[in-house]
Parts: sequence; C-alpha cells; structure tokens
Amino acid sequence: MLLNRLKAGGPAIAKQGILVAFILFMIVFSLMSDRFLTADNIMSVFRQSAIIGVMAVGVTIVVIGGNLDLSVGSMLSFATVLVVDLHDKIGPELAIPIMVLATLCLGAINGFLIGILRLNSLIVTLGMLSAIQGLVLIYSGGQNVDIVDQRGTWFAIFGRGSVLGIAAPILIFGLMAIIFHVIMSTMPFGRKVYAVGGNPTASVFSGIPRSRVVFTTYLISALCVAVAAIILGSRVMGSQNNVGQGYELQVLAAVILGGTSLLGGAGSILKTVLGVLMLAFIQNGLILMGQPYYTQWLVTWVVIIVAVWLDVAAKRGRLFSPIA
Amino acid sequence: MSDQQEPALRLKGIVKTFPGVRALDGVDFEVMPGEVHALLGENGAGKSTLMKVLAGMHQPDEGQIIIAGKPVRMTTPIEAKAQGVVLIHQELSLVPEMSAAENIYLGELPLKRFGRVDWTTLFERSNAILKRLNCNFRGEVTVANLSIANQQMVEIARALTVDARVVVFDEPTASLTDAEKVVLFEIINDLKARGVGIVYISHRMDEIFTLSDRITVLRDGAYRGTLTTADTDEDEVTRLMIGRSLDLSRDTAEHSLGEVVLEVRDLSCAPLFKKISFSVRAGEVVGFYGLVGAGRTEIAETLFGLRSPDSGEILVDGSPVQINAPADAIKLGISLVPENRKEQGLVLSMNCRDNMTLPQVQNLTTGPFVSSGAEIAIFDKYRDKLEIKTPSWRQTTRVLSGGNQQKIVIGKWLSMHPRVLIVDEPTRGIDVGSKSEIHMLLRALAAQGYAVIVISSEMPEVLRVSDRIVAMYSGQIMREFTAEQVTEDSLVQAISGIRTSEVA
Ligand SMILES: Nc1ncnc2c1ncn2[C@@H]1O[C@H](COP(=O)(O)OP(=O)(O)OP(=O)(O)O)[C@@H](O)[C@H]1O
Ligand SMILES: [Mg+2]
Repeated sequence: MLLNRLKAGGPAIAKQGILVAFILFMIVFSLMSDRFLTADNIMSVFRQSAIIGVMAVGVTIVVIGGNLDLSVGSMLSFATVLVVDLHDKIGPELAIPIMVLATLCLGAINGFLIGILRLNSLIVTLGMLSAIQGLVLIYSGGQNVDIVDQRGTWFAIFGRGSVLGIAAPILIFGLMAIIFHVIMSTMPFGRKVYAVGGNPTASVFSGIPRSRVVFTTYLISALCVAVAAIILGSRVMGSQNNVGQGYELQVLAAVILGGTSLLGGAGSILKTVLGVLMLAFIQNGLILMGQPYYTQWLVTWVVIIVAVWLDVAAKRGRLFSPIA
Repeated sequence: MSDQQEPALRLKGIVKTFPGVRALDGVDFEVMPGEVHALLGENGAGKSTLMKVLAGMHQPDEGQIIIAGKPVRMTTPIEAKAQGVVLIHQELSLVPEMSAAENIYLGELPLKRFGRVDWTTLFERSNAILKRLNCNFRGEVTVANLSIANQQMVEIARALTVDARVVVFDEPTASLTDAEKVVLFEIINDLKARGVGIVYISHRMDEIFTLSDRITVLRDGAYRGTLTTADTDEDEVTRLMIGRSLDLSRDTAEHSLGEVVLEVRDLSCAPLFKKISFSVRAGEVVGFYGLVGAGRTEIAETLFGLRSPDSGEILVDGSPVQINAPADAIKLGISLVPENRKEQGLVLSMNCRDNMTLPQVQNLTTGPFVSSGAEIAIFDKYRDKLEIKTPSWRQTTRVLSGGNQQKIVIGKWLSMHPRVLIVDEPTRGIDVGSKSEIHMLLRALAAQGYAVIVISSEMPEVLRVSDRIVAMYSGQIMREFTAEQVTEDSLVQAISGIRTSEVA
C-alpha cells in the first residue's frame, strides 16, 4: 500500500517520509505508555529539545548552503562556560554580549576558512571541534564553572522562566525557528543560500557572492549556538567543560531526519524542527518504556536510515531503484 | 534490405506521464537493422523520454517494446544493453574521477578470479575501441582531464562494448568540432553497414539529411508521422515539427548604430588569449567565430569578471572600468549567457522561476521579502517570449528538456535588461523553431539599442545574426569582417589560422 502510494508519487503523505514515521512513532509510544501523551510530558520533551533545536536551525542553514558544521558541539561548551564564568565576574548584562561576540568570532573563523579560502568544511569543522574543546580547557583550566547566586539573577529567565505557562526555552526555540524559516523561505538571502548550495558555479555565474553567503551561514550557525548556550547556562546555572560533547551528532541527526540534503541546495527549517521533535520524542518514549539511554542511539540510527530511505524512495517513485 | 525484414526494434503505443506532463502520448516507432532513423521534434517534444523508455531508464505507463519480434520489459540500462540496446546520452553521464576505460566498461568491468578487475584486458579492449574511434587519447587517462568533445567520445565508446542491435545517439554533436563530427559519422556508417539499427536525435537539419534513411517526427509527445528522407525536404519536416515554415533569411532591416558601449584594448590573459582589441556599439551584433578552444569563452568570462586579465583595458562608455567579479559586470550592464547550461547556467535543484530571477533577487523585494508576484510576472513574460515549455514555474529545472533549460538561462539574462549581452553558444541543443526565434530576438535586441556579442561555433548562425564577425584562432583575433564583406571561405581560412591579405 505504501509502495503504491510512493509510486503514485502524488499524495503529500508519501513524500513526507519523516512525517509518516513521526506519526507512527507517536502512535506506538502512546499505546505503550499512558504517560507519553500527557501535556506535562509533551511540554517537557519540547523543553528538552530546545537546545538541540536552536542549534539545528543554524546547522540546517549551513547544510542547505552545501557545507557541514561539526564544530557546534564544542562551540556550545565554549559559549556556555564563557557566559557562566563571566556572569559572576562582570554580570549578565556584559557576559551575554561578550559571549555572543566571542562565539561569532569562532563562526567567522569557520566562515573564513570554508567560505573565503574554500577549504573542505568537514575537515575544517572537525578540526575546530577539537581546537575549540582545547580552547575551553585552556580558558577554564579544567575547572567546571558555576553561578553562585542562582536565585537572585535575571539570567535565570532564559532557562527557567516561562510566559503564559510556556517555558522560555520553547519560546526561544520557536522564535528562532520562525525567524530563520522566514528568512530562508522568503528573503533574498535565503534564496542565495539555496542557490549556492545547489550549484556554486552557476551561482557565481549569476553574480551571487558565494564566499560571502557561505561565510554568513557560519555566522548564523555560531549565533544559534550562542543562543543555545544562554538557554543551557541559564537552566543549569553552571557548566562542565565538555557539556556540548556529542551534540554535533544529535544536531546533524535532526537535520538529516528533517530531510535536508547533505548535498546542499534543499531542505527546510520547519522540517528540521520536526526532525528535532521526533528525536526528542523517541528518546523520551524509550525512557518511559524503561529502556537504558544507549538503546536510544540504536533506535535513532534505524529511524534516520528509514526516514532517509523513504525520502529518496518517494523522489524516485519506487522503493528500490537502480538509477537515481 | 527486404521488405519482410523484422524491425530491430519496435515501440508500440508508448505512453509516459510525469506529474503535470504527458511526455509521451501513444508513440509508435521502429528501427530496421542497418537503418539510420532520425527522431525529430521541438524542445520538450519527448525525444529523450522516448529513448529513456527504450533504454530501461523509465517504465512506460502503457505500450510495448518489441525487440527482434519478442515483447520485452527492461528495468535497467544494463538489462537494455544485454538486449543490445545502447543509449548515448544527451547530457554526459560519465564518472569524472575514473579512467576512460573504466567508464567505457562501467557496470561490466572484465573480472579475474575473486572479483578483481582485470586491468590488462580492460585497457586492451578499451584502447581497441578508442582506436576504432580515432581518438588521440588512451583508456588510462582520467575522464576529468579530457575535453568535453573527448568525453563525448568516451560516451560513444560505451556503445561499442557489446554487439549492439540498436544504438541511440541523443544529440551527440552538440559539443563536437567539425572534424570530430566527421569521425562520428564514419562510426555511424560503419555500425550501419554491420546491420545495427541507429536512432539519431539532433536539431541540425543538415546532419539529419546527410545521415538518415527515415525521419520520425514527434510533437508535444504525440507521433506525427514518419517520412523517407530521400522523398522529403527540410521544409516539410519543419512544418510537421512546428506546424509552420521557417523564414531563414537574414533580417536585414537597417537600424542606426549608436555609440561604442564596450571597448577592449590589448586584453591579454596568458595562455588563453593575447592582445585582444575590439569594440561593440549600441545596436550592433558582433559575432565571435572560431574553433572550440580558440579562446572566445575565456574572453567572455574575463569581461564578466570571472577571470582577471594580465594586461589590457576594458572600457564601458569610453571610460576604463575594473571588473573583478560578476556583480561588477552586472552593475555595468554586462550579462553573460554561459556555454554550459547545466554547470554554469542553472541551479538544477531550483524551480524555473527562481532560476530566472536569481541575479536580481536582491532587488525584487517588497520590504525585506522577495516579491513572489514580481518574480512570477518576470517568469511569465519570458516564458511567453521564449515559448518555454513547462507545466508551471514550480517545476524544478532538472526535469526540463535540454532546450527549455537553455531558454530559462537566456530568459534570466534578458530579464536583467543588460546593455551588453554576451551569449556563448546560445542555441546549442535548441530546436530549429526556437533557434530562429532566438536569432530574431538577438537582432531585435540590437535594434532596441543593446550591444550584443554572440559566440558561436556554427557558421550559419554567425552569418545570420552578426553585423560584424571577429574570427579567432588560438587566442588571437585573425580578422574582422563586416556582414557585407564576409564569405564562408575567408571565414574558414581565418579560423584555421591562415592569414590572407586583406580583401581590397
Ligand atoms: N523526470 C521528469 N519529471 C517530470 N517531467 C519530465 C521528466 N523528464 C522529462 N520531463 C518532461 O517531459 C517532456 C519531454 O522531455 P524530453 O526531455 O523528452 O524532451 P526532448 O524532446 O528530448 O527535448 P530537447 O530537444 O530539448 O532535448 C518535457 O516537458 C519535460 O519537461
Ligand atoms: Mg532531449
């Protein structure tokens, strides 16, 4: 039946491989655990997915532009340690802008090496992943950092506050997703990112400043990391040196789940949001079912493979195809 | 050939639909052994689609494929090849990182025990084929290092690895030089003499009439009829194809020339071209004629800010300008329709409208948002003007027919209203009807005051559209002709590097 739908290529549902998989998961989990579909649980999943989600917004844009960003995990460690550490030293009013600027500088380094010097993004950001982790350790001297007065600071609102009963992290995630979705789908800059990711040569032949566009995508990615760091630092009120370790893979998984092509030129931020939520619900569902956390990784992997497969199958019009 | 002979291949009532497009609508087609059967039709008529159905790349919705009297079903190109049906693609489909030999035997590499590739046999066999094709390179070279024409030869060599029953050539000559074409025609005649059925797709009437035995015409996916080449003429074929006759005369309507818009003085860029000087006036079409590799494309790229010259000056409206990037050129009103539509012209993953408005998307805004209405207006205007066939502006350009892709690129630059329009091989792969329309369009643009530079390797095209012709040979300008002076002979001499005394 699914095969026939796919062959028809028509109905949106067959093309939205991820949506189908998402709904299936929700059904299975809600049958297996009666806590799964409670408002409380859903809200908490949303809240927990906010940090990965905000970062995934930036990485989606980088990937649409035809590149990768694996440095976001250690960049998150850097930004969180910095903002928490500076909080007690110079106060949040200064700590936040300084941290944002410093993180943007890291993004600019990525952007310069990949956009302007045209180095391979996998290699550059993989290198940055460990370089930044080193930077964090040098900065902190290996010590974890904490905010002493956790009740008296307004910095707490980003991670712990809420508006009309909706947690601040969810609001920030939603806002970031909407803003960048609008930019990507309706503004000239977004169009240029799609063009550069789809065909860099043809973009240059159309007068698009390819280097500048790629550079900017890395700035955006860094900005998203900075925002994620504010949420994380504010929620935990402290930071370990390696708090962001492994986030890069979760973020990338969400982006791929969302159907953004790693070849560049195609993808959507709203679908990435779906990918983020799906990952979060799977992990939550497994926990509710009493599974140890490491099964999440196996299941996540299977889900990604199936989603990607459904996606390409819908494009090809059949499940198995000898030609692209 | 006896009349009772079985066709090598028969297609019966083939229907193929894509979302929004009925690409083939009950098409019948047959090829006899030892026959060259030409397949003609406008851009988007369904020629390539029909051949892809034949080669197992598309499954027909309805209809039958009958090979040597037996209905067959083919789901992959390898299966089709095993049935003796080989398709040589319109667009090159080689693996650039691999050697020519590996590409020739892709999917069927000769193997030794334990699945190891038998390199000796591979290179031996492929070199034998390349030799038969008179190629001056060996199977060991990496495809990426070959010229486009030689890559085309590799593509053709693929067809010769099996005892083919039917070989399909889909616009094989679009990027070949005349000399290479001669070789190709020899190969086709050789295959024909050995009883292979040939399907030949091309938009060049002269080729069709020298090569083919019969002609089948498609129009809008429907079968329009089959003619015997010996009993017909270009006019009849054209009418069947586009529903009217073509006026191929040169548009001689006089219009006055304006000031010099673009002038180039002693422009050099070693080793591509040296000491290039010429000028273009408003209202003038200047044709650049020469062999592939004469440096014409490189000059165009320099004028468009894609290469930096070693020395020399570029003047726009009499004042020297610096063009460091395409954006500079666009600001000065210089546009370039590049030579290679898939690599340089289009973002294939984007839709038709977005491709067309790409260079000006920054300016098509209401507030901070791209104005969809303004974009669609531009798209509609040039779709009508250039008769682009697509179900809607939402169609991704990847699935457009080759000719319609080219029209999108042309539309993209026309919509920029440039002062200097440079078109590099503007009608490569474009059907005769649209071709003559593009020629008239170029003349009309000049009449409106544009300065137009046309780079072309087709002599009739250059002769038809140009007011002046610049003949180039290996990076240098050999001679300049006015439309009145020029003769085919002198032009051929000039582009072959033979310097003749100026005609008095
Ligand atoms: N995969 C596809 N998906 C959707 N539409 C397609 C696809 N392939 C081809 N088409 C459409 O089918 C029609 C026929 O295309 P085809 O490539 O066969 O034309 P053609 O006769 O080869 O033209 P040309 O001379 O320009 O190469 C076109 O309208 C094209 O847009
Ligand atoms: Mg075609």
